[in-house]
Amino acid sequence: MSLKIGVPSKGRLMEKTFDWFGARGVKMARSGSEREYSGGVDGVQGIELVLLSASEIPRELSAGRIHLGVTGSDLIRDKLADWRSQVVEVAPLGFGHADLIIAVPSAWIDVETVDDLDAAAAAFRREHGFRLRIATKYHRLVREFLTAQGVADYQLVDSQGATEGTVKNLTAEAIADITSSGETLRANHLKILSDGLVHASQATLFAARGAGWDAEARTVLAQLAARLGVQAEV
Amino acid sequence: MTTRAAIRAEAERIFAAFKAAGAVAVEADTLLSAEILLDLYGEDIRARAYVTQDPLHGEMMLRPDFTVPVVQAHMQGGAEPARYCYMGEVYRKQDHLGPHASEYLQVGFEMFDRAAPEAADAELFSLFNGLLSPLGLRPATGDIGILMAAVNGLSTTPRRKAALLRHIWRPARFRKLLDRFSGRAVVPEARLGLLDRLRTGDADPAPMIGLRSEAEIAARVSALVEDAGTPPIAAPEAALLYDLLTLQAPARAALSHLRGITPMLPAIEPAVDRFASRLGALERHGINPSELPFVASHGRSSMEYYDGFVFSFHGAGDGPPVASGGRYDALTAVLGQGRSIPAVGGIIRPALVTALREAMT
Repeated sequence: MSLKIGVPSKGRLMEKTFDWFGARGVKMARSGSEREYSGGVDGVQGIELVLLSASEIPRELSAGRIHLGVTGSDLIRDKLADWRSQVVEVAPLGFGHADLIIAVPSAWIDVETVDDLDAAAAAFRREHGFRLRIATKYHRLVREFLTAQGVADYQLVDSQGATEGTVKNLTAEAIADITSSGETLRANHLKILSDGLVHASQATLFAARGAGWDAEARTVLAQLAARLGVQAEV
Repeated sequence: MTTRAAIRAEAERIFAAFKAAGAVAVEADTLLSAEILLDLYGEDIRARAYVTQDPLHGEMMLRPDFTVPVVQAHMQGGAEPARYCYMGEVYRKQDHLGPHASEYLQVGFEMFDRAAPEAADAELFSLFNGLLSPLGLRPATGDIGILMAAVNGLSTTPRRKAALLRHIWRPARFRKLLDRFSGRAVVPEARLGLLDRLRTGDADPAPMIGLRSEAEIAARVSALVEDAGTPPIAAPEAALLYDLLTLQAPARAALSHLRGITPMLPAIEPAVDRFASRLGALERHGINPSELPFVASHGRSSMEYYDGFVFSFHGAGDGPPVASGGRYDALTAVLGQGRSIPAVGGIIRPALVTALREAMT
């Protein structure tokens, strides 16, 4: 096998990925039992399927241990420093849509935009003596967004789950999190800032710049790209 | 090939020159409390400094610069006036692949002096200029104090002035605010809708959650409504500020330009006088103000503490400056807990000096 492709190992993301490749004549399937994390690829010779947790795929791409990988565009941007120097975006796959947004309590009738958040943060720091806390697990993406917007007097606090509850629990004043429908936000009395879209994420096929791209791997990539109808220049 | 030994030797040469200029050599910790740095620089510093965890002292940062620890040490009991020099590594996390070093030597000089700040500015600049002159560098100077004085002198509400001053080091946001306050930018849709709802009181009553109280929200609501009724900054005054933001000329020409606009913006007069007295002092050190480049906005996007004279020395290309520095009076007030002292300082990067020297031979 000369070209390794990393694919999410379970759930809808895996099924949708298999569907996407299948619709283009590249059949992916798990081998053996439901529980075994290995699989095969039919339709193009020389491809090895590697089943991985979606959150580990950025790291594996970065290390060059897989040539290609399917994962959320948000994870690549957040986990990899200078991501464009490490991976190439081959094709957006059109599923797994989720928006990374900034949300504040709906009761904050004076805050609609990032600009308002910045002003509220200044007043909050004067009043409380510490910087306004934004709970998130997407530290790099959110910080880069707020820096580019020139927001000051805030701090990011880490939240790995149930982020929508942090405001009510008084561990943060605002949140930056992934949402697809906004249901959970509303249920927790939060609203999205009108210009608070940090990143619109979707499942995406990436190629690793640092993988072993010998002549054989390049040939397989060219065949695969032709079959998928995408451009792949690594 | 520049070796560590060559860089160290260059650093020692600069360090000796600083000591010869009357500075006391000081040491600083490598691990600094993250809290103080975060409070000063904001969350952005996390992207630039290495953060680590101490079991007893909590979050610590690998020293991203010497200014903070040196100022802290001085404020805790240094004699006045004082001049210090230091030599050591600083650590800067790099988020992009490229030629920027994440660990490098800095040699620095800091002066704490109440008597004659402009003379101190000039002495520091000329000391750096003399040490670096064989390298044929391009100097750049600026004065954030003039810009701050101009903002303070605007005929608008204290709230608008405070908002502009808060973002003086973030040029893009500053520009946005100025555009809005001077009526050059259209009011965004979201803001209009928000004001509408606030005026009619037609907001959805949502449950209060979190630490930010109803009173804090009400205070900002009245501030927003008041601001919406505030007339824009008068066009001629705004034009002067825009002009100042883009002012770029040899220092002497910049001074006559500033003298020319002072009658229309009288609040900048003391800052312009200080600029003039600094140029006089520089001239006495043999630096010709007719040739010294001056950019009014210089140093605004680097570190968030310079509030007066700023300078840097650049090689060819867009690499980092070989040397940089400036005045940071307000920082001493923040770190001095009630006490403050006018202060100016700067650093040289011996690795860049060594590389330039080797390229010349």
